[in-house]
This record gives sequence, C-alpha cells and structure tokens, in this order.
Amino acid sequence: MTDVQLAVGESRTEVVIDEVTPTHLVRYAGASGDFNPLHHNDDYAREHGYPGLFGHGMFSMGLTAKVITGWFGPESLRQFGVRFTRQVWPGDQLTTTAVVTEVTGATANLDLETVNQKGEVVVAGDAVVSLQTDKPAPR
Amino acid sequence: MANDSPPDHPTEHFRFPVDATSVMLFARSLGDDQPASIDIDHPDAADGLVPPPTFFQSSAHYEPDYPLDTLRTGWKQKITPRHPGPGKTLHGEQRFVYHHPVRSGDVLDVTIRIGDQWRKESSRGGALDFVEQITEFRNQDGVLCVTAVNTGVIPENKPGSDS
Repeated sequence: MTDVQLAVGESRTEVVIDEVTPTHLVRYAGASGDFNPLHHNDDYAREHGYPGLFGHGMFSMGLTAKVITGWFGPESLRQFGVRFTRQVWPGDQLTTTAVVTEVTGATANLDLETVNQKGEVVVAGDAVVSLQTDKPAPR
Repeated sequence: MANDSPPDHPTEHFRFPVDATSVMLFARSLGDDQPASIDIDHPDAADGLVPPPTFFQSSAHYEPDYPLDTLRTGWKQKITPRHPGPGKTLHGEQRFVYHHPVRSGDVLDVTIRIGDQWRKESSRGGALDFVEQITEFRNQDGVLCVTAVNTGVIPENKPGSDS
C-alpha cells in the first residue's frame, strides 16, 4: 500500500462523458437493471411531461465516481453520497470536480460536483476516501 | 433511520452473485477503465474484479419483481413506499457506505427495508414526500460489506422518473 500525500483544497476536474447519447443510457439500463422507459423511450418521456428521454440519476452518480476511483484507487471509497439536482439530457457533456475539504489521519473528505456544458450542477455530493488503498487489498 | 420497515412493508431478502462479467459490463457502461474492474488478468484483479462504487444498484437484476424491470417473465407490479407506481417518484439522493471489500466471486445476501419517511413543503408550492429505502449487502461469511440509502421524492401531481 502507498500513502497518498494530500492537502486541503487540492482538486481534480475531469470530463466524465463527452456526449451523453441514448446508446449510453440503453447500455447503462442493461447493466444496472433499471429499465424505466423514461430513460430510453422518447415518446414515453414526452407523454409523462418531459421534453424527451433523459439519463438515470445513477448513471450520473456512476460517472462522478470515476474521478474518485481514478484519483485514490478503485477500492478507496468509504462513503459516497449525492443529491440529484438536475436532469441530464442526450447531448450533454458532464464534468466532475472533486475537492479535498478535510484530511484526517488516513482518510480524506471530498466535496463533489458534476456540471453540464452550461455549468449547471447535475450532481452534488461528498465522499470519504481512504488514503491507503490506491491498490485493491489482497485477500 | 428506522430499524425496521413498517409492518405493511416487510423487509425483502434475496441473494446477489457478483460475477466478473456483470462487473465488467457495469464498468464499461460508465466508461470506467479501471483495470481492476474490467481486466481479469490484471494484477489488481488477482482476487477478483473490483466492482465500481455504484455497481451495487445492479442487484436489481436479482430483486424479485423489481419495479423498473417490467418485461421480466412473470413480473408483477410491486407497490412500496419507495415505488408507489410508475412515474410517481424521483430519485432525490443516494448514499453508499463501504464497510468491507467486495470482489467478483462473492455472493451477497441483500436485505431491503424502508427507513424514514417525512414530508416537506416545496419552495415551488405543494408538498414533497420523502422515503428512504435502505439496502444492506452481506457477503457469504455474513460480513456487512455495503449499505445503500436511496431517498425517493414523491411530488404532489408532478411527473417523476421513479429511478
């Protein structure tokens, strides 16, 4: 294991998806098991009062997680919570920023924000990561 | 958080095998290129693939009568406080707590119960009902690995995503 040296205020910003397409959402539906037609059927979404189909909230959360695991390792998360603040539409580009807010011993707290190409927040949250698990622990 | 589901909504219980292909497909669906999650020959995956942090949502594939998988053979509508019917709820918040590592090859024991429920007045008018659904994942040794808390929001007379 390698300790990650870290200071409050350090941050990472990454584009987590260049352009959301219906194909991404269909693929996510198949992988996750969430086959809500609002996320793949444009007509159904319009009938339910939306401008068209839109992304699963959990798809946005999963994209957001990539910045954390890319920074601290695939098994670094101890807690991860988000609020879904805005819908994600086909054509959107999403960018996630993670900021270190506190470092306590072997863990760090992060603030998380994922925005669309207009700068509107689609996911806001926080996480606690271990700083000693950049590699999966042997079992 | 409440410790027990309301008596009319008993705790659900099922098993969820974490297989390598499911982990890889889930990672790829997010464009997650962590070798530990997609490459069974990578040294980081020597003890099994590491599920991406939100992978546990895909236990839905094994949840009996999962409300958002209506095409499943024999599927029956299941009404719960979190899923009061198609198009009625929004997914407001999601939280995971990771207690113990999970790898492909594990078989997780899943329990789902309803947690707190509360009502708030919306700033746009009308009431919003909030419902927590708490899911716990224990491995084959009985060790609690992950706790997931899903908060649904049910607006008055508003369409919703129910997802």
